[in-house]
Amino acid sequence: MQAPLLRFFQALRDAGVRVSVAESIDAFNAVAVTGFADREALKDALGLVLAKTLPEKALFAECFDLFFARDALELGDAEAAPPPAQSADGEASALGRMLLEGDGGALAAAMEQAANVAGISGISFFTQANVYGRRILAEMGLEALDREIDALRRQATPAASARADVLDRRRKLLGEGVRDFVKRQLAVYAAGKTQAMREEFLSSVKLTNLDRSDFQRMHAIVRTLAKRLATRHARTRRRARRGQLDLRRTLRQNMATDGMLFRTSWKRQKIERPKVMAICDVSGSVAAVARFLLLFLYSMHEVMAGLRAFAFSDRLVEVSDILERNDIEPAIAAILREVGYGSSDYGGSLENFESGWLDLVDHQTSVIIMGDGRGNYTNPRTDILEALSKRCKRLIWLNPEPDALWGSGDSDMLRYRPYCHYAGVCNSVRHLERAMTDLLES
Amino acid sequence: MNDLDQQTRGAIDAVIAGLARAGYICSRQIATAVFLAQHLQKPILVEGPAGVGKTELAKATAAFLDLPLIRMQCYEGLDEAKALYEWKYAKQLLYTQILKDKLGEELNGVKSLSGALKRLHGAGDIFFSEQFLEPRPLLRALQQPAGAVLLVDEVDKSDQEFEAFLLEILSDYQVTVPEIGTIRAPVPPFVVLTSNNARDLGDALKRRCLHLHIGFPEPALEERIIEVKVPGVSASLRRQIVALIQQLRAQDLRKLPSVSETIDWARVLLLLHADHLESETVRETLNVLLKFEADVKAVENKIPALTYQARHAAGDAA
Repeated sequence: MQAPLLRFFQALRDAGVRVSVAESIDAFNAVAVTGFADREALKDALGLVLAKTLPEKALFAECFDLFFARDALELGDAEAAPPPAQSADGEASALGRMLLEGDGGALAAAMEQAANVAGISGISFFTQANVYGRRILAEMGLEALDREIDALRRQATPAASARADVLDRRRKLLGEGVRDFVKRQLAVYAAGKTQAMREEFLSSVKLTNLDRSDFQRMHAIVRTLAKRLATRHARTRRRARRGQLDLRRTLRQNMATDGMLFRTSWKRQKIERPKVMAICDVSGSVAAVARFLLLFLYSMHEVMAGLRAFAFSDRLVEVSDILERNDIEPAIAAILREVGYGSSDYGGSLENFESGWLDLVDHQTSVIIMGDGRGNYTNPRTDILEALSKRCKRLIWLNPEPDALWGSGDSDMLRYRPYCHYAGVCNSVRHLERAMTDLLES
Repeated sequence: MNDLDQQTRGAIDAVIAGLARAGYICSRQIATAVFLAQHLQKPILVEGPAGVGKTELAKATAAFLDLPLIRMQCYEGLDEAKALYEWKYAKQLLYTQILKDKLGEELNGVKSLSGALKRLHGAGDIFFSEQFLEPRPLLRALQQPAGAVLLVDEVDKSDQEFEAFLLEILSDYQVTVPEIGTIRAPVPPFVVLTSNNARDLGDALKRRCLHLHIGFPEPALEERIIEVKVPGVSASLRRQIVALIQQLRAQDLRKLPSVSETIDWARVLLLLHADHLESETVRETLNVLLKFEADVKAVENKIPALTYQARHAAGDAA
C-alpha cells in the first residue's frame, strides 16, 4: 500500500503543501492505525499529520478528494452476460476476461496499476493527456485484446462474432474511462506545478507590468513576505544594562566560595517591541506601482500590530484606519481617492509629517518610505528627513526606480540618500525580498 | 484489514463517547486526533478561534483517560526556570552550611590531605541531585508514574527560544538537566498545545505535532453542545439559538461569536425564562454575544430580520 500514499504525498507537494520526510513517516504510522477502508477516518488522520496550517488544510481536502476519487469503471451496457462459449483455442487475454465479466472494480484496479507503471505522476500539461492515456491502455494489454478480437472475427462463428462485438464495445468504453481517469490525474498533479510556475513568474515580473488579475495571488506572496518580516522584527531581545538577579547562575558561580555571594550575575535580556511607520508615495509619478506599494503597505499592516501607515502625494495623511477597516481592494481604492495621483510634493508632505507625527518617532521606531523621490522641483526639505533619520532607529527607503535614474530630472533621491540607513531599488517581489533580507540581517 | 477498520471505527466512537461523558461534545475529526495522538504518542497542536474549546479538549481528555491534568500557561518571557525546573536554593545553601559543620567529624582521624580528599569523594555529591530539584509543570508531567495530560496553553504567546526548548520534550519525552543528566518519562504524557495564532509557530514544532484545527461547529453539533452544557433549554429554543448564531457568524464582524458565547447566551436566555427568541430579548442580550461596540452597532438594526429568519429556520412558524 506504499506506492499510492507516496504518490499522494507528491500530489500534495505539487499543490503547495509542505510534506517533510518525518511527516510522511508519521502518515504511514497513522495509516497503519486507521486502515484504508474508513475513508472519513483516513482523511482526518492524514489531514492531522500532513497539513499544518489552515490554507494547507483546504488544499489537503481538495487534493484528497481528487486523488482518492475511485469509482469502479462504468461499462455502460446493461446487457446480460455475453455468450459464455469459450473460444476454440481458449486463449482469452486477461483484459478480455475482465471486460467480458464486466468487473468494473477489477478494471479500475488494473488501470491504477498500469497508470503507476506509466508514471502518471509525471504529468504536467494538458497536452500530455493522450500520450499517458495510450501508455496506460498499452500497459493494460490492449494489444493482446486487439489480437483476441481479430482472432474471434476470423473464426466467423456466430458465437465468436457476438463475443467480438461485446469486446469491441467495451473496449471503447474502457478507452473513455481511461481518458477520464487521466484528466482527473492531470488535475491532481498538474495544477500545483502550473501554479508554482506562475508564482515564479510573478515574483520576477516588473511591477509596472503587473496585470490586475494577478493581484490576488501577488497579495498572497507579499503577505508571506511581510509575515516573515514581522516575525523576525516584532520582538527582539537585547542585552540590557540592568536586570533581575539570576539566582541559578549566581549560585553556580559562587560554589567555590561556599555559597557566599561574591559574584552576581543578572538576567540581562530585555524584550524590545520596535515600532514601524510606513510612508507610501501614491502620486502620479509612481501611479504604475502605487497599487503594489499599497499592497505591501496593506500586507505589513495585516501582520504587524501597531503599524502606522501614511500615504501622500502633495499632502500626507495617516491611513492606518482605512487599512484597519477595509478589505484590500476597497482600502486601496479609498486611499487613492483620498490622496492618490496628485502631483507629488515631498517637502510639503515631510512638513505634514513633522508637524503631525515626528514626535512619535523614537529610537525604537523603524521608518520605511516607499517612493521615487521625485518632488516636481519643490523644496525637498532634506532637513526634516535628517531630523527624522536622527530620531529613528532605522530609516529605510525603497525606490521603485532603477538606481541609474536616481538624481536625474526632478529626482531628489541622491539628496535624500545620505540620511537613509538603507536605500534600495524595489521593483519586483524578488527585489522586495532581497531588500527585506538585507534589512533583517543588518 | 477489515478487522482493523472495524476496530478503528469502534475505537474512535469510544473516544467520542468518552469525551461526551466528560462533558465535551466533539466532531469525529477531533476524536480521530485524540485517538491518533494516543496511538502514535504524538502531541496535538490545536489551533482555532478563541472560545471553541481548545483548552476544554485537554481537560476533557484528562477526565476521559483518567489522568492528572498538568497545565502550563505560556506568556512572554516564560523561561525554563518557570517551565521546567528550578533548584531549591535555600535548601542547597543550608546543605553547604551543614556540610561545613559536619566536615570536621567526617574527616576525623584522617592524617594526610589526600586521605581527606578520598573520604570527601566517598561522602557523595548530592548538591546537584534530584533531591534539590524543584519540578515545574513540564518536568512534573514527565515524572508522573501513570502518565498525565500536559496542556501547554497558548504556546504562541511564548518566545521563539522557548519553543525551541519544547522540542526535546515533545519528540523524545525527556529533558536534560546539565548537572544531573537526562530525565526520561516512564510513561509519555499526552500533550496538548493550544495556539491562537498570535504569531506563526516554527516548522520544527509543527512537524512534531498532529495539527488539529477546531473551527466553529456544525449546527447539529452546536445544538448538542448546548444540550449538554445548558440542560434546561428546550429543543425548539436550542434550534433557534443555533440558527441565529450561525447567521451572526456569516456577518462581517470583528469578533465572531464562539461556542463559549453560545453557551453563555443560552444560560442568559434560560435565566430570562425565554422559551423562544424575541427581537427585544435578543437586542437586550446582544452584548453577551458580541464583544465590540462596533459589532453591536453593525448588527443592531438587523436584529428583527435575523430573529425572524432564525425562528423560521428552526421550524417555528409563528
